[in-house]
Amino acid sequence: MAEKPRTLFEKIWDAHIVASEPGAPAILAIDLHLVHEVTSPQAFTGLRERGLKVRKPGQTVATADHSIPTTDPSIPIADELARKQLAQIEANCREFGIPFHGKGSPTRGIVHVIGPELGLTQPGMTIVCGDSHTATHGAFGALAFGIGTSEIEMVLATQTLLQRRPKTFRVEVTGRLQPGVGAKDIILALIARIGIGGGTGHVIEYTGDAIRALSMEERMTVCNMSIEGGARAGLIAPDETTFAYLKGRKFAPHSAAWDEAVAGWRALPSDEGATYDRTIVIDGDKLEPMVTYGTNPGMGVPVTGRIPALTDVEPGARDDLERALAYMGLEAGSSIAGRKLDVVFIGSCTNGRIEDMRAAASVLRGRHVADGLRVLVVPGSQQVKRQAESEGLDEVFRAAGAEWRESGCSMCIAMNGDQLEPGEYGISTSNRNFQGRQGKGGRTFLASPLTAAASAVTGVVTDPRTMAAGSGTASQPSAVEAH
Amino acid sequence: MPEPFVSTTSRVISIPRANIDTDQICPARFLKITDKANLADALFFDWRFTPDGTRREPPSFIDEPHNAGRQILLVGDNFGAGSSREHAPWALRAWGIRAIVSTSFADIFRGNALKNALLPIVVSTERHAALTSLLAANPDAEWTVDLDAQTVSLPGGDSFAFELDPFARTMILAGTDEIGYVLGKLGAIEAWEASHPARVETR
Ligand code: SF4
Repeated sequence: MAEKPRTLFEKIWDAHIVASEPGAPAILAIDLHLVHEVTSPQAFTGLRERGLKVRKPGQTVATADHSIPTTDPSIPIADELARKQLAQIEANCREFGIPFHGKGSPTRGIVHVIGPELGLTQPGMTIVCGDSHTATHGAFGALAFGIGTSEIEMVLATQTLLQRRPKTFRVEVTGRLQPGVGAKDIILALIARIGIGGGTGHVIEYTGDAIRALSMEERMTVCNMSIEGGARAGLIAPDETTFAYLKGRKFAPHSAAWDEAVAGWRALPSDEGATYDRTIVIDGDKLEPMVTYGTNPGMGVPVTGRIPALTDVEPGARDDLERALAYMGLEAGSSIAGRKLDVVFIGSCTNGRIEDMRAAASVLRGRHVADGLRVLVVPGSQQVKRQAESEGLDEVFRAAGAEWRESGCSMCIAMNGDQLEPGEYGISTSNRNFQGRQGKGGRTFLASPLTAAASAVTGVVTDPRTMAAGSGTASQPSAVEAH
Repeated sequence: MPEPFVSTTSRVISIPRANIDTDQICPARFLKITDKANLADALFFDWRFTPDGTRREPPSFIDEPHNAGRQILLVGDNFGAGSSREHAPWALRAWGIRAIVSTSFADIFRGNALKNALLPIVVSTERHAALTSLLAANPDAEWTVDLDAQTVSLPGGDSFAFELDPFARTMILAGTDEIGYVLGKLGAIEAWEASHPARVETR
């Protein structure tokens, strides 16, 4: 009899079970552990207290991204706590033999940007990191999820995790995206539909023509925000796009090992007839650019739409909506386009890769940002930064009146001094609009790089489809047209 | 090493909000610490203080004088959404919270809470509504959360049962931790590693 058809998730899960005792969670082997400065210090302390070593330093890699300043790196770090935290990750990595892409390293960057660009992230792997956006790596067909500090210590000590098997959730995005609509709009539309707890207990697999047509960087944007729908992980089956992206990257397999690896990766996609615990279908043809109006990522509407009226939502959600709108200083039932902005942030592990920089530049080229508006463009890694500079994008941003920074998490989490001031409105390409996330009292609209860049020009929330490409050369078409 | 935990009897703090995310429980600027000290002060910080640092009037939930010392939280759906920061359960525990009752918890938060002997107790929507009205009628009632019996006892002799991951329950009751358990299986890990070469080398 033929084997039972399995999903991509099930294949990866089954291949990593070290032991599973009745009643206890499975012991799952971890292929790659990504570490950063903010969630790891207490885990290293725990390890030291137990007198343990890092079991597999060669399957562990660290960087500094969350609390590191994005200003001139030659200026000493003013924030004493951040400085101490950054010194500690460096010391911990040295003590435990973990490779560290730290301050001054040409390969430093946001942990979820550097994993893929270094070729560390590969199909079929289990990948964890003390950061909820670890789902980003699922774009390669890897089972990748965020963990807490106790679990970081567990992985450091044992290179395994205790895990209960999650349920599976297929999200099929059919059709073809319209010009001006991108990966960020897919994921914001999904979360608006299922809500921020809609994926709890599940691993999402994204399928469908609209997903297949996405580049690797766009797939990462989609998977990145799986956690914003409550799902710990989001996966996309590997295909030729995946292999083409990985080939030749520093830590990807080379020569004979490459061919062998690809052969294995080709067996990963879900089998015909595999079943999921839950499935939904999204019509990709009908998607529009999305913007959030509230204080969680599920509170999003098309940029042409209106903020819901209190009567539009279920009675149980009214309090939430009222409180969110009070915090945001917005009126129920009013339109989202045209809202005045103080700050624009383009960056983060959601939209801080080179294609995002190009998309933003395609709009800003030959234009100027609105008067009085502060616009920060923060590349996701030092490699993205150099690539953008080699394409002259930094000049486009500066000429438009935007700031071009060193790489890091920056205003996504506002730990490093890049932040909204109380009451300010910011449009942001990051992933969370929770109260105070981008600075105490700050108010966030989440959107795509195209929408953020178009809004930077006008100073208000703007539909990118109303704005033609900037005055670029023919070889740099606007992403509005290109997609 | 965690202390064993069996049961607690306490009055209850009600925070009738859904989707309380970890940025509310412990704002990101408090994550620059390298230990677990002083996190009680960070708990729900931005709800308690205005952006210029003055305490809000009227005081927010946990700052209400009668809520001091309470160990049980009753909260809305999807508690702990967002960031994976374990600082959220650390802050709750540091302030003194031992059990949280809700209709659901975000996955990562739930796992982090269990590792810190903070009990995420899931109840049905109906039960949640009943508990909310019970509390409104008698805000100073004491509840007993008993992990061994897996029950919550209410005043007047009522009680209800709750489910908890049986493995986590055993760990918390005994005060053992999961790393010790897995280190006890090192043989299985070594055998697995011997037949599964590393997929990547980061050095
Ligand atoms: S960019 Fe934002 S979401 Fe991504 S890792 Fe950094 S802080 Fe987390």
